[in-house]
Amino acid sequence: MNFIELIIQGILLGGLYALFAAGLSLIFGIMRLVNIAHGDFIILSAYIAYLVISYTGVHPFIALLLVIPIMSMLGYMIQRYILNRTMGDDILPPLLVTFGLAVIIQNTLLTTFSTNTHRLTAGDIDTASVGILDMHFGLLPILTFFVAIIIIFGLELLFSYTKIGRAFRATSDDREMASAIGINTKHVFAMAMALCFCVISVAGVLLAIRSSFDPFSGPARLIYGFEAVIIGGLGSLWGTLVGGIILGIAQIFGAHISPSFQILAGHLAFFIILAVRPKGLFSKVE
Amino acid sequence: MILKSLPKKQIRVFLVLTLITIILASAPWWVSRADIRLLGEFYSFLALAVLWNLLAGYTGLISVGQQAFVGVGGYAMFIVTAKLGISPFLSVPISMLAAALIAGVFAPLLFRLNGAHFAIGTWVAAETISLCFFMVPELGGGAGMSLPTDVVKSIASSRAMREMTIYWLMLGLGLGTIFAVYALLLSKTGLALMALRDNEIAAASLGINIWKTKFVMYIAVAAATGAIGAVIFFQKLRISPESAFSLNDWTIIIIFIVVIGGIGKLEGAIVGTIVFFILRETLADYGVVYLIVLGVFAIIIMMFSRKGIWGMFEEKFKRSLLPVTREP
Repeated sequence: MNFIELIIQGILLGGLYALFAAGLSLIFGIMRLVNIAHGDFIILSAYIAYLVISYTGVHPFIALLLVIPIMSMLGYMIQRYILNRTMGDDILPPLLVTFGLAVIIQNTLLTTFSTNTHRLTAGDIDTASVGILDMHFGLLPILTFFVAIIIIFGLELLFSYTKIGRAFRATSDDREMASAIGINTKHVFAMAMALCFCVISVAGVLLAIRSSFDPFSGPARLIYGFEAVIIGGLGSLWGTLVGGIILGIAQIFGAHISPSFQILAGHLAFFIILAVRPKGLFSKVE
Repeated sequence: MILKSLPKKQIRVFLVLTLITIILASAPWWVSRADIRLLGEFYSFLALAVLWNLLAGYTGLISVGQQAFVGVGGYAMFIVTAKLGISPFLSVPISMLAAALIAGVFAPLLFRLNGAHFAIGTWVAAETISLCFFMVPELGGGAGMSLPTDVVKSIASSRAMREMTIYWLMLGLGLGTIFAVYALLLSKTGLALMALRDNEIAAASLGINIWKTKFVMYIAVAAATGAIGAVIFFQKLRISPESAFSLNDWTIIIIFIVVIGGIGKLEGAIVGTIVFFILRETLADYGVVYLIVLGVFAIIIMMFSRKGIWGMFEEKFKRSLLPVTREP
């Protein structure tokens, strides 16, 4: 394997991590909330897709049409009826509630589906690859990367040009002012979580096609997403993509040295960035 | 020195605690062997909960990575006893030192992250350390290693005596942690910590060095957690990266204990640990259901009464087991 091939593979892997990170970045940006159960919701959507597919036999991408509404409804309700009650100056209650949710999801999945690993099959896409010069790249990682770009671009457009996007920004800038001008912040927060859960659904299904998952696969996804957010800098979605790419490249190079070094190399990249650029590369938050 | 300046109330508390210590120390003569093991486990969870509570409840540092220090403490004990031939009892202070050292390396980096991001950062740090132990074949890699027989024998020659010794070590650490944290809260540093808990900005304006106070507390809690880790793995006699750095055992359960018992209150950790053991033992036949119940319980408490069981009790009856308030 040559150097350029590794770099491109890292960039493509970064697309997946950017998908994990985009949802985290989104809800932190709008309501200063960090969802510890983020990774577990990604895995939950993979399981829901698995159920949909085993009952209907449809392609995973078609299953998404059902997974997205289910998950975003769940996200809306969790925010509206649980998390909103704990939002305030103290960051501890919402953090601990999402922590509790993480444990509940993991162990409920464990009692329902056992520890067996599952994987979604998407036909030819699973193994298809694209050759450029003498290099080969999987079609699925390429697809994932472009999905990540489209989603981030779509989120940016939504923030800039739609009514709900403006409500998101207003609430993010000044919560009290937003409610003073007639924005229902509780509903806006719940909508933000619903939107985050749409991204989570896409990330979950793409992840489940790419690699096998079990009830405890969530926390690692949270950590990769978190690392991408911090490397990229808080509050910047495109920064999140760059953060994901840096993490992806670090992991691919780590894996090239030794397979057991892959994850560790990612963590080391995270700590190095934290040491030299504590605010991340493209932070918008002071 | 401290005792002289204390009101009678607190001297009474110290006397009662001493009495409880004597009763519990005699347990091996009137409690079955299985229950002695359970009690030992109880003390270790109690100590971890008191320490996590000190960190989160007083300094606002919410760590999801305390398993790093349990693991480092455990591994340090295995390394110095099995590989360097140092006495198991001497290994406890070495474990403390190792955990403090690791905390000292990561703290300046992690302190750059705020609030919830700090929490996940501590988790990444714990994962990083765990992965490093996976990669050391001399320590058994991912499979881990057992404590060699001669080391086990050097704790005490007979099995019964060894179990008793470990029981006393755990009791000492469990109650010692409560004593130490209680004394700390009564001291001048304790005043600073409570000021920090109530209002960070006001505390800073009173001349408390926030960063330094948090740093020192983080290191001290890590060191104590390391000592507990060493003794926990004395009892287990076997260590692997997965058991040493278990997020579930050393952090998730501990956080639930503190949240349910009452965050920011010393008694909260005690109540929470009792509730946890009752739940776990009664639901023992239903697998991980007790974890789901704990999670639901913790969420309900965070939604409706953040003070936890002890906080509600204290509010209602205006009573405190371990009073830290001062009378003029």
